[in-house]
Amino acid sequence: MTTRPVALRVEGLTKRYGANAAVDGVSLTVHRGEVFGFLGPNGAGKTTTLRMLLGLVAPTSGRAEVLGRPPGDPTALRRTGSLIEGPGFYPYLTGRANLRTVARYAGVPADRVDEALASVGLGDRGADRFATYSLGLKQRLGVAAALLKDPELVLLDEPTNGLDPQGMREMRTLVVDLGRQGRTVVLSSHLLAEVQQVCGRVAVIDRGRIVREGTVEELRGEAELEILATPSDTALARLRALPCIEQVRRVDGALLAKAATRHTAEFNRALVEAGVAVTGLRRAERALEDVFFDLTDHETEHDTKEASHV
Amino acid sequence: MSDLVNVTRAELAKLARRPAAWVLLAAAIVLSQVFGFLIPYLGYRTGSGGPSTEGQTAQQLLASTLPAQVVTNTAAAFPVFSGALALVLGALVTGSEFTGGTIKTLLTQGPRRGVVLGGQVAALVVATGIGVVALFATCAASSAGIAVAEHQVLDWPSLGAMASGLGSGWLVVTMWAVLGAALGLLLRSVALPIGLGVVWILGIENLISAVAAGSLTALQPLRDVLPGVSSGSLITAVLPAQTASLPPGVRAVVSGERGLFTVVLYAVGSALLMLAVGRRRDVVA
Repeated sequence: MTTRPVALRVEGLTKRYGANAAVDGVSLTVHRGEVFGFLGPNGAGKTTTLRMLLGLVAPTSGRAEVLGRPPGDPTALRRTGSLIEGPGFYPYLTGRANLRTVARYAGVPADRVDEALASVGLGDRGADRFATYSLGLKQRLGVAAALLKDPELVLLDEPTNGLDPQGMREMRTLVVDLGRQGRTVVLSSHLLAEVQQVCGRVAVIDRGRIVREGTVEELRGEAELEILATPSDTALARLRALPCIEQVRRVDGALLAKAATRHTAEFNRALVEAGVAVTGLRRAERALEDVFFDLTDHETEHDTKEASHV
Repeated sequence: MSDLVNVTRAELAKLARRPAAWVLLAAAIVLSQVFGFLIPYLGYRTGSGGPSTEGQTAQQLLASTLPAQVVTNTAAAFPVFSGALALVLGALVTGSEFTGGTIKTLLTQGPRRGVVLGGQVAALVVATGIGVVALFATCAASSAGIAVAEHQVLDWPSLGAMASGLGSGWLVVTMWAVLGAALGLLLRSVALPIGLGVVWILGIENLISAVAAGSLTALQPLRDVLPGVSSGSLITAVLPAQTASLPPGVRAVVSGERGLFTVVLYAVGSALLMLAVGRRRDVVA
């Protein structure tokens, strides 16, 4: 992987608005052909980072290189397709006329327009005015515009926003296809399932900082032990008292414990001895969602730490 | 260079499909028809002295609508009324990119920001040119129609008079359009620049002129550099001899040369201001 050419390199990228840092020292490397997930809650700095990569916003400090060029460089922009913070189109133009406008700007032949419309399933709505489109159709037109240039790099900022489940699934398929076609894709999202399904590598951003970066597997880390036991309060207290447990928390009535597999029998014994009825005990893969909340939910993180000392 | 051509073509294609652009052109045409032809002609036919025809004989009224006055009828509306409409067009072209969130789409396609802004200004220059031609064509048609109906000779102005009148008119509406575009870009809005611009053209300019002429002559140097006053002076200087009074705001306050110079300065200055601001500023819309 390290030998693969770099599509995107970001070093210490920072954007301050007054005293507030929207993006704070973000460093990232995305290789050619990767489908990279940029994950974070709303307001974490995803969009601002992407805007800086496109030259829309000037960084306060730090460096970025997009396809070997500085952000906003015409050569790089011509090879980059993007959809940032919702589609920006002219309400009085049809879908097709909107794409023609974009094609003229990009210097792309007009015959690419119908191809792009068809690729997002808008072939039969191209003659309708953008103002009449549903949110989902607008989003699809945004993706069509991003693909118009047959780009090497695709930056998609929350592309499934406003899509129904069918549309979300189609969008995920589309992103996977883009990756298979050898394009580099950066997908920002606050939806973990989405990132988990389509991205090879993920960076988690929170409050402007990258809090974790790695493959989806690395981020999910080791499996957790899911314990169903009653009364759960007694069980929780007993488990927290065990030294071999790193962390235990209650999720939807079940207890999730972070601990090595070899301790499983020990938990069971301890719970039974404490008079707790154990009705279920299994290894559960941590969903990326849990990792995400661990990394970004500051209140919960704080609570868990305190609780583990009880 | 090919980028600039592409952007200009894209902007013109957008304008051609934009209902607001046609509404503005229609408003300019209706204004010039009503005030240039309909009211004087009705005054001539009925012989009654309405407020705008006061003090003029029926023959003067008729003469003001005939082909000999077609350049005056077309261009005299440019400094104020058509100018205000051009300012609205300019503000729409740049401001709505921000209010509609389309500026990010334009700026991420490849052309540099300076080229995008240059293309928008170029499109405005072409659009105002088309507007001037459309206004002239409708005015020419009306004056020819009246001449034929009233059995008058079709005595058209010389080509030179047409060229200087319409050329100066084009320059004046272009200046207002680029001023509107600069305001739209600076304020990243449509309503605010239109409101401010129209209040300026229709209100403040006249107010300053009136005050400078009477109670506070110290304001005269300020008055003499105002865009409306300068364009009024330029237009007055190039129009052939008039048979009727010119619309409000069209007066020779400064010399034609000075007016021309100031108008060009405003147009070029606004375009440079757009470049200076638009190239650097963060785009978060």
